[in-house]
Amino acid sequence: MNKLKTASQIVAQLQDGMTIGIGGWGPRRKPMALIREILRSDLKDLTIVSYGGADVGMLCAAGKVKKVIFAFVSLDFIPLEPFFRKAREQGQLEVMEIDEGMLLLGLRAAAWGCPYIPTQVGLGTDVIINNPDLKVIDSPYDDKEWVAMPALKLDAALVHVDRADERGVCRISAPDHHMDDWFVRAASNAYITCDELVTSDHFIPAEVSRQVFWERSLTTAVCHIPGGAHPSSCAPFYGIDNSHFLEYNKYAKDGGFTAYCEKFVDGKTEQEYQAMFGDIDAIRQIPQTSY
Amino acid sequence: MTATSYSLAELMICVAATAFENDGEVLATGIGVIPRLGASLAMSTTNPDLMMTDSEAYLLSEPNPIGARSEDFVQRNETWMGFSRIFDNVWSRKRHAMIGPTQIDRFGQSNISALGSDYNQPKIQMLGVRGLPGNSISHANSFFVPNHSTRVFVEGECDVVCSIGFNPARMPKGYDNDDIDIRLVITDICVMDWQGPNNTLRLVSVHPGVSVDEVIEKTGFSVHIEANTPTTAAPTTEQLALIATFDPHNLRAKQLKDNPPGIRPVAS
Repeated sequence: MNKLKTASQIVAQLQDGMTIGIGGWGPRRKPMALIREILRSDLKDLTIVSYGGADVGMLCAAGKVKKVIFAFVSLDFIPLEPFFRKAREQGQLEVMEIDEGMLLLGLRAAAWGCPYIPTQVGLGTDVIINNPDLKVIDSPYDDKEWVAMPALKLDAALVHVDRADERGVCRISAPDHHMDDWFVRAASNAYITCDELVTSDHFIPAEVSRQVFWERSLTTAVCHIPGGAHPSSCAPFYGIDNSHFLEYNKYAKDGGFTAYCEKFVDGKTEQEYQAMFGDIDAIRQIPQTSY
Repeated sequence: MTATSYSLAELMICVAATAFENDGEVLATGIGVIPRLGASLAMSTTNPDLMMTDSEAYLLSEPNPIGARSEDFVQRNETWMGFSRIFDNVWSRKRHAMIGPTQIDRFGQSNISALGSDYNQPKIQMLGVRGLPGNSISHANSFFVPNHSTRVFVEGECDVVCSIGFNPARMPKGYDNDDIDIRLVITDICVMDWQGPNNTLRLVSVHPGVSVDEVIEKTGFSVHIEANTPTTAAPTTEQLALIATFDPHNLRAKQLKDNPPGIRPVAS
């Protein structure tokens, strides 16, 4: 089966009002080329589920988002995501703000077909106050109360991996695959972008197939976009583009997101976008961060 | 040998290390340079059973020095420890985290999410609750405060309560104070814990040159004070040497405004 699609074919599958999960973590391995394609589309009223970085900030700034389900939105070395911050401080967003682990449980519940997973996480905090839909229930097995973390069912998951084949076998060889497997499993459709398109032989060595975290039956479509995670990182190919994030951050203070889009997104192909940073080879020179 | 000259950051690192010394075999997570160096110091001296990560995806048998490392540096991996597995560790309770909240209230509740009275339109959107709800109800937690003030130690409740504390009004059914494990609060002027009456904030020691009155004045709620509050113990020269090996780029000098000395000069 050949699942190759273009970014615009993938975005054409998305609809207004959908709940969309986005893989990666903060400034790491975000499917940014697909985010840019959404920015160029007419999509709106989206509910975004993410361990958020600039994916959330950009979609909020572009008015694409009705609701964000999140535990944090951060660029790490720039702790506060500037455009998410702006959208929140203007009171524009509905939010479901939950613990990082609760978000994982919500994805797992969706993946496993459970209505909820009980957890003690959230008890005693404003998470259960600020989310009136989040139920606290009695247990049939003990005398404590538990948070019933509901399934976070996704209409679509958008994930960037370093390598995939045309059948949708996906490898994440970065040190951490984050929660991407759970985003894929929680979604009706999973759309994957990859830095490198490989043949199926690529996965034969056991140490490589160990880095495949879901079965290809869960992959709906694959799009080959070298550098598609920029300005977030995609190990082993490139690190976080800190200097671009600093520039992005400046637009929040001066010029706004419209000016950012005019320069980097509107009417541009991914190649034209990348040309502003040199080219794909220059992007692949961006070093990995040492923590 | 007791050091005679040290920075306030180094003093705070040594205090941070004491937080982990009786923990046994748990994951020590210090978020930020001073808490991380405290955990590294504890793991290399008082508690070799501690576990630490590379702040990315591997558990290490020896702490990594902070920041860029030489090409031939080999980190001492012990197991994979990506984010999804961190939650397995959190919920196993074998962890002690030290973080720096923006607000802490009299119940030991903390806030890193947002500031302002209107949750739907915060005055300042910060990080979000992150992992605080889960950390606070699952394992030991300590706080690090680089700027002890009434802005951090707030008079009322935190604007967004991200972590569970000793608050009777919010105590879940089936829980009591013994289910919540908040350890040290290490600030730029003192060390405190939550062992005052009914788990209220208690002063443990003041840093050299700091008065008890200053602590009272800079805390937005009442602090339990016992007779003869000691002065925070000075680092040893051995500790300072170890700290320097874990922080070869001297990032610790950039953590506190103007990198003040550990022994506060007498005001002229």
